Amino acid sequence: MDLQVYERNKNLAQMLKGGVIMDVTNAKEAKIAQEAGAVAVMALERVPSDIRKQGGVARMSDPKMIKEIQAAVTIPVMAKARIGHTAEAQILEALGVDYIDESEVLTPADDCYHLNKFDFKVPFVCGARNLGEALRRIGEGASMIRTKGEAGTGNVVEAVRHMRTMMAAIRKLQNMPHEELMTFAKENGAPYDLVVYVAQHGKLPVVNFAAGGVATPADAALMMQLGSEGVFVGSGIFKSQNPEKMARAIVKATAFYNDPKVLAEVSEGLGEAMRGIELSQIPEQERYADRGW
Amino acid sequence: MEDNKIIGVLSFQGSVEEHLAALEELPGVTGVPVKTREVLKQVDGLILPGGESTTIGKLLGIFGLLEPLRQRILQGMPVWGTCAGMILLAKDVVGEAPHLGVMDISVRRNAYGTQLDSFQATAPVSEISDAPIPLVFIRAPWVERAWGSAKPLLTLDGHIVAVRQDNMLATSFHPELTGDRSVYRYFRNMIG
Repeated sequence: MDLQVYERNKNLAQMLKGGVIMDVTNAKEAKIAQEAGAVAVMALERVPSDIRKQGGVARMSDPKMIKEIQAAVTIPVMAKARIGHTAEAQILEALGVDYIDESEVLTPADDCYHLNKFDFKVPFVCGARNLGEALRRIGEGASMIRTKGEAGTGNVVEAVRHMRTMMAAIRKLQNMPHEELMTFAKENGAPYDLVVYVAQHGKLPVVNFAAGGVATPADAALMMQLGSEGVFVGSGIFKSQNPEKMARAIVKATAFYNDPKVLAEVSEGLGEAMRGIELSQIPEQERYADRGW
Repeated sequence: MEDNKIIGVLSFQGSVEEHLAALEELPGVTGVPVKTREVLKQVDGLILPGGESTTIGKLLGIFGLLEPLRQRILQGMPVWGTCAGMILLAKDVVGEAPHLGVMDISVRRNAYGTQLDSFQATAPVSEISDAPIPLVFIRAPWVERAWGSAKPLLTLDGHIVAVRQDNMLATSFHPELTGDRSVYRYFRNMIG
């Protein structure tokens, strides 16, 4: 990928800012998402909460399903590849998806290495729990970052923790004298040039969204208030009682995250949100956020 | 010293910050984000940013800005749509219902294809700049047809990508993603 392509890939993420990206499993859901005002859809076979329930190996979706979704909507279509799975990523690129999510929600294909995303023309979004992890992914060519949160739980606590951790590190870097930056890079396993960038600009060099546990309009607004530039909603929409209504409400709440009156209005009468899981009930080895390195 | 002008940026979603940052570089201009009817009343001109036109169009309707904005444009407020903003202005959008429907153009969404077909170019836009300006196209639309007083400003590879009609300006590309400010200066002059 040449630098101009990389710039354009970062630019596409800039166009998604302030918006909601929704997980969809078929063309019908994709249309509902677009109709509700989603800025993009993520095509996947099972939403994270079903992957969690059903277990087994979670892989890239069937290209047939991805093509049907591409044909059904005009907004960008994203799809997930397993961490380190070059062939899955190549297949998704050949399908002409607009963004690939190298995602910990799928079962990792490689337990040591992420993809070298500069090998591709298509843009990548990657999950991160902290600044070091975000900068490693950007160093590999990711043109957008999202917090990992804990997908499929309907519990926003991990997304909050990851966003706060990232923002605290950015604030710390901004106040750090230049001679301390190399040690920060070493201790956080982050590329030095990107550490310098963050110290100088007070933000990541790419757009940063929230993901993993957002289940209500208030959750989306919370993540925006913490500094997220947009949100991914996975199971939260199509596992709620009234997906159309929930989807519309989350779109409005994301755009008006700092207007409590609007938030109160859109939160009313949504029916039941997805049933959540308390984090302590998830065994360590079943936590998706710990996948990736 | 010229009068200071207030230029709004419709700020539901998309490249809002980028436009506001660019406006800060312009003398005689104050940039403000616009999300409500009250703020819309105060601006001398408005930029409709890049983003997703379906999303921004829906939010315009839901939050009651569609009609007030259309009226202000019809009454002569200068407006500039970039990419998604061009789609919002068009009277005709291929394959879907128009949004503001004020500009005499027919627009095709994602005309160049998917993100893999996004591209950059440079070209002089005679009315705007004698020097070539950088043009960034991200899943961009093009204008299939312009009629009435809508006048094409730039045609690239046979497709119209910039149009001016009286108080309205539309570009398929994103000047907010480059360091070049000539289109901003041109729009500033449209405000008077």
